[in-house]
Amino acid sequence: MTTVTPAAPRIGVPKRRGAVSQSVRDSLTVAKRNLIRMLRIPEMVIFGLIQPIMFVVLFSYVFGGSITVGGSTSSAAYREFLMAGIFAQTVTFATAGAGAGIADDMHRGLIDRFRSLPMARGAVLTGRTLADLVQTALTLVVLAVVAFLVGWRSHENLGKVLAGFGLLLLLGYAFSWIGALIGLSVRTPEAATSGGLIWLFPLTFISNAFVPSDNMPTFLRHIAEWNPFSATVQAARELFGNLPPNYQAPDAWPMQNPVWASLIWSVLIIVAFRTFAVRKYRSATA
Amino acid sequence: MPGAIYAEGLVKTFGKVRALDGVDLDVPEGTVLGLLGPNGAGKTTAVRVLTTLLRPDRGTAVVAGIDVLKHPDEVRRSIGLSGQFAAVDEYLTGRENLTMVGRLYQMGGRDAKARATELLERFHLADAGDRPAKTYSGGMRRRLDLAAALVVSPPVMFMDEPTTGLDPRNRQQLWEVIQELVAGGTTLLLTTQYLEEADHLAHDICVVDHGKVIARGTSDQLKARTGGERVEVVVHAAEHIGTADEVLRGFGKGESKIEQHTRKITVPVAGGAKLLAEVIRELDARGVEIDDIGLRRPTLDDVFISLTGHVAEVAESSGQDGGGADGDAGPGRASRPGRRAPKRAPETKEGAK
Repeated sequence: MTTVTPAAPRIGVPKRRGAVSQSVRDSLTVAKRNLIRMLRIPEMVIFGLIQPIMFVVLFSYVFGGSITVGGSTSSAAYREFLMAGIFAQTVTFATAGAGAGIADDMHRGLIDRFRSLPMARGAVLTGRTLADLVQTALTLVVLAVVAFLVGWRSHENLGKVLAGFGLLLLLGYAFSWIGALIGLSVRTPEAATSGGLIWLFPLTFISNAFVPSDNMPTFLRHIAEWNPFSATVQAARELFGNLPPNYQAPDAWPMQNPVWASLIWSVLIIVAFRTFAVRKYRSATA
Repeated sequence: MPGAIYAEGLVKTFGKVRALDGVDLDVPEGTVLGLLGPNGAGKTTAVRVLTTLLRPDRGTAVVAGIDVLKHPDEVRRSIGLSGQFAAVDEYLTGRENLTMVGRLYQMGGRDAKARATELLERFHLADAGDRPAKTYSGGMRRRLDLAAALVVSPPVMFMDEPTTGLDPRNRQQLWEVIQELVAGGTTLLLTTQYLEEADHLAHDICVVDHGKVIARGTSDQLKARTGGERVEVVVHAAEHIGTADEVLRGFGKGESKIEQHTRKITVPVAGGAKLLAEVIRELDARGVEIDDIGLRRPTLDDVFISLTGHVAEVAESSGQDGGGADGDAGPGRASRPGRRAPKRAPETKEGAK
């Protein structure tokens, strides 16, 4: 460790640390910076909450009575079915946050500053995605409370419920790496925001999130059943005990084994997009 | 032995534009090199290559004795970079910004905090240290950015247009800080489009244009290249221009130059103050009323004009704090190639012989 006193005329860079501990340390430093920002711009967090809350209310009251779930048309049954979908959709919005944040840092020259420092290469992105994970977790807590207020209940033990939320957060974390790559690839923060959002609509709608996939045209149904997003939705439903009593899961493997499918998909996305994003970061602005 | 900053044959192309077209640099330890040139000359690209942010297509670079291309991580431990646009997080306070950078330079938490406090004092930011940087003025942000580059005392510093967009007072303050730094033994590469700044701060100057170093030397050497001193007269009335020109040509040792709209006549001379007195007497005898007269030594502006055939374009970016009046705005890489447009704004003919 360094023994340099603050008053010393020359302050050198302390000795090298192990690669892993440096990486963790730098990531936490950057995550702290992003969390401070979040506290200083609370409106970002608040706006991030309003949209999913609106979805909860709109979907459960507007569509509630007209969508058949497992043979039941009761709006209470749909509400239970819907919530995992809304939760999952909400965590995917971390994509846009990460993308816009990183594009903004590039735009302002902060990425240049970071890249000129002797810090771990992936730390700027890891720090950002970790901070987004914290925000996503907070959003989920608030959303769960709202969902509870409109009548959503889980019918499983606490462990399973937490596991369900864990899978949702993992999906959100995976998607924030996609956002990081988008943020590094576009020219302006605005482009990152829209670029981070548009593809989420087909992704989240061609899925089992809002309606069961059974009645979709065959082609779309296959997409929906193999959609990574559907796997997490299905897994959360299963873990929350929100599937209707006489529900028959589709035959596709991810729908039969949603917990495993969700885990595998999320880990694959993280590994792949982290690799791409860190590589892009190294040559960013080149 | 190569200097603290050494580069040979750096080439970097963006699409069709050669941002760096074979740049060689050698900055001895403890000296300041001014990289002088207009927007789009390749100054920023050179800094980005030397600070490991950009890989050149060709060439070698050694900073603080370390090969930039082979060991970029090692280089990063020995350099400080202060960019063209104050790269601080505006939602963090000055203190938080500096502490974060200290941590990322791998300092311990307590050391990083102590160092932040010390730097805030030194850069006259102590009172504002706990306010978000968003509330800072342009000059304060620039000082904070510079402080961030000095969190460790890097032996080699890079400053990319440190005073662009600053008002004269803030510029003066920043110059003082930079001079202090250099007095402490730091090697500095400074880019600027302000000729006055290079004159003031740099030991050696490289004039760059279109990705090439077109001249190098001390400020005096460069000035000597453009010829010696000259007499400059501004006459009171336009009708006296002809007479005055006649007088000046009589004393001069070269072509005179007339600017009708400012009623200014310039002629190269040899003979110094004694000659000036004679010119004044003669003008007086011929009844030419003068508003201003002086013996002028060439400025770096003159150097620039005589070397490149156009004046350095400074007006467009001055007074715009990080705003981006031109393609230089923001480090967004997409705009980078574009700003190296091969064509320049209309050239001023003043410099033409």
